[in-house]
Amino acid sequence: MSDTSKTSLLALTPRTKARNAAEKRFRAYGIAAIAVGLMMLIVLVTNIIGKGTGAFQQTFVTLNVELLESKLDKKGNRDLDDIKKVTTFGYNPLIRGAMEAKLAEIGIETDMKGKDLEGILSKGAVGQLREYVTTNPDKIGETVEFRFLAQSRVDGYLKGRVTRESIENDKAISVEQLELVDQLVDAGVIVKTFNADFILGADASDQRPEAAGIGVAMLGSLSMMLVVLALALPIGVAASIYLEEFAPKNRLTDIIEVNISNLAAVPSIVFGILGLAVFINYMHLPTSAPLVGGLVLTLMTLPTIIISTRASLKAVPPSIRDAALGVGASKMQSVFHHVLPLAAPGILTGTIIGLAQALGETAPLLLIGMVGFIASNPPETLVDGLLAPNSAMPAQIYEWAKRADPAFYERAWGGIIILLVFLVTMNTLAVILRRRFERRW
Amino acid sequence: MPTLWLVASLLLLAVAGFVVGRQRALSTAGGDAKELHSLPSYYGHNVAFTTLVPALGALAIWLLVQPMFIESRVSKMIPDEMAPDRPTLGLVMSDVRRVAEGLDIAVARGALSADDARSLRTEFTDVRGRLGEVGVALGADVRPEVLRAAQRYRVMSKTGNRMMGIVIGVLAIVGFAWSYMQTHKDFRARNVVEKGVLSLLILAASLAILTTIGIVLSMFFETINFFKLHNASDFFLGGTWAPNFRGDSELSILPLLWGTLYISFIALLVAVPVGLFAAIYLSEYANNAVRSFAKPLLEILAGIPTIVYGLFALLTVGPLLVNTFGKGGALGVEWMAGATSVLTAGVVMGIMLIPFVSSLSDDIINAVPQSMRDGSLGLGATKSETIRQVVMPAALPGIVGAILLAASRAIGETMIVVMGAGAIAKFSANPLESMTTITTRIVSQLTGDTDFASPETLVAFALGLTLFVLTLGLNVLALYIVRKYREQYE
Repeated sequence: MSDTSKTSLLALTPRTKARNAAEKRFRAYGIAAIAVGLMMLIVLVTNIIGKGTGAFQQTFVTLNVELLESKLDKKGNRDLDDIKKVTTFGYNPLIRGAMEAKLAEIGIETDMKGKDLEGILSKGAVGQLREYVTTNPDKIGETVEFRFLAQSRVDGYLKGRVTRESIENDKAISVEQLELVDQLVDAGVIVKTFNADFILGADASDQRPEAAGIGVAMLGSLSMMLVVLALALPIGVAASIYLEEFAPKNRLTDIIEVNISNLAAVPSIVFGILGLAVFINYMHLPTSAPLVGGLVLTLMTLPTIIISTRASLKAVPPSIRDAALGVGASKMQSVFHHVLPLAAPGILTGTIIGLAQALGETAPLLLIGMVGFIASNPPETLVDGLLAPNSAMPAQIYEWAKRADPAFYERAWGGIIILLVFLVTMNTLAVILRRRFERRW
Repeated sequence: MPTLWLVASLLLLAVAGFVVGRQRALSTAGGDAKELHSLPSYYGHNVAFTTLVPALGALAIWLLVQPMFIESRVSKMIPDEMAPDRPTLGLVMSDVRRVAEGLDIAVARGALSADDARSLRTEFTDVRGRLGEVGVALGADVRPEVLRAAQRYRVMSKTGNRMMGIVIGVLAIVGFAWSYMQTHKDFRARNVVEKGVLSLLILAASLAILTTIGIVLSMFFETINFFKLHNASDFFLGGTWAPNFRGDSELSILPLLWGTLYISFIALLVAVPVGLFAAIYLSEYANNAVRSFAKPLLEILAGIPTIVYGLFALLTVGPLLVNTFGKGGALGVEWMAGATSVLTAGVVMGIMLIPFVSSLSDDIINAVPQSMRDGSLGLGATKSETIRQVVMPAALPGIVGAILLAASRAIGETMIVVMGAGAIAKFSANPLESMTTITTRIVSQLTGDTDFASPETLVAFALGLTLFVLTLGLNVLALYIVRKYREQYE
């Protein structure tokens, strides 16, 4: 620097300015990256909530149905077998009549025929009516108030999904029906309320999205989690104890360790292929059974549990082991009486996180057939719950997303809300456990 | 369920063994625990384990072997002309199992007597009708050979189950008696029990290896079957993926591999810059408050199940892209026909991978020694210059490893591509077209009605094995690089 007169520490040279600008830019890139990541999270969450909350509400139609003896029990002897001979078709006139009576009662005039009036209700309404009559045959002849599900288009209309423009080519509903729906809403006959059946109920055929629920699939998931917990926790803990505390440093142990870390990164669908080939084709376990799903998910979760269990065993300081050995405990006693209890909170946390992972996993379940049918009956016993075909929450969501009717998309998003509630609860539990019981040595 | 009862009684016997063994040890020592070699409970455990473990092990093996044995014996009864090859035999055998199961149910419900079930003949009885009455639907009328095989199957399983009960029971009682006789105050019970526990621990640890072997073998044999039916060079080198039911399917992996790699590439294009810059900012610039707030939030993205991302791709991102690039869209171009496309799946997968890349790179950047930064800053470099010219080159191998791990995740990802990528296998560079991937084809070839004798089904196993080898290779490479890099600074 021979020419010092031109540079001052106070005035920035162009080069310094450029470098400072570069510094600022670089920093801005970092902030932008984080902002993009967080924005994606916000978009995802608002999207899920915005599209899914609708599934928790459903449109119902309240009608007073006169259970005509002349239609349901022609002989008048209240014989259940005779009553059961009346098919759901026989119940259609009752609903039609109830609808017409309701319209007359509130003074709406319409030139619509009975079939169109009936179309406002779900196709399952007659089944609901028949079910009621066959369980309460003594009510025949009386007038009973029923709350029927409205048809999914009507439900969509109230939720804003269906508009007069969107139904131009729709055979399931007409503009006149929507006019009538408007009037009925004003009269308080059609109401939109909380729908517990979505959370607790069973899936329905693809003609009746309004009746579909996730409850049975939830039981399927629960059964699978039981299997995973019963197998993965003991096996995982036993394997980690051996590897961490007893294994000699040799080739075989090395192979096992490399194996476990590789298994953790194997794509989940490969575990599905394994399950299909081994559990279903070779061992002839029942297809679609939560037991098989649980076994596959166990194999998949095992590496996660082993890795976290080993970390928490490693966190117990050697002085504990030395002290136990020093007062005469055997190696096995020092591990089972002292190290394992101290590592238990960490093991529990890892297990919960592993279970949460297993709960959201879908791909392997597709291959062992837990998708593609209607999970309609809740299992009655524990054995049934493990061996009878069932679905699982993520598989049910996938099934809904595949169906053609957009009304099922709302169900799928709603299902995701429930799934995420489970995951958030499990992860929060894990965090609380960690905070509450974590020990720093 | 006889097996359940068997297990329950074994457990009961073991509990009894614990109590009895403990008591006997104490009584040989005259009631003074100090006289014993081990703590009293070890004698109890010894008896309980010796009763339980061999019996349960034998039970597990028996349950695995018995069906295979019966199957091979019964399948000999099926005449050759009914089942000319192995797959048809498999179908006939599943009929046999179904009929046998139906007979069991019929007997249990009282619709048939046990003798009837054994002596039923298709010539005299409408078996299908009788079974239909008790709720067992059969696809076709039962052939006499099948019925006879089913009856034999029932008889054999019944004797098998009875023998299993006897053998396991005897085994448990012998174990009980032997260990009870052994129990004495000088018996080294703790050493024996600990040895037993240790071998159980080893067994649990080796399950990981068994799983890997299971994965490889289950896919390997079916892949070999596939290559017997289909030309290997067409699979690896052919250019078309066109399965059909006429038997001249073209099943080649290359178009699928192209789709997989293209989607993964786009995912990395999204995830790597965002993830890397986020990691740099979090580890080099952010103060503790920002760090403890932003990092867990970003990691939530990693904990969201892939089905959620799949739905997001199918129902949100896809339609959004169509509204932009599709017919009547915002840009007024007609580039995109449907919601499923390479871009849809790629972008969503990229979002999923952001936290994966960022947390791995964060660890790696933090592992670069502070002295290197201090040296660079001391020479007058700005913070960004230090990061670009000192920290990044030092962390580069680790970051490459992290990217490889992310790539392996992207290649193996299933739900996002099943729902977002489409089903058309082709070579195309247009990211707005729908394309298909290896994982998508595995799902579609193995779901629904599958016939494990056709190359169209078996190809899924060959695809699975390729996927396994591909992701395993990437992982091993990435771990090797990361490990080597870590050693450098430790």
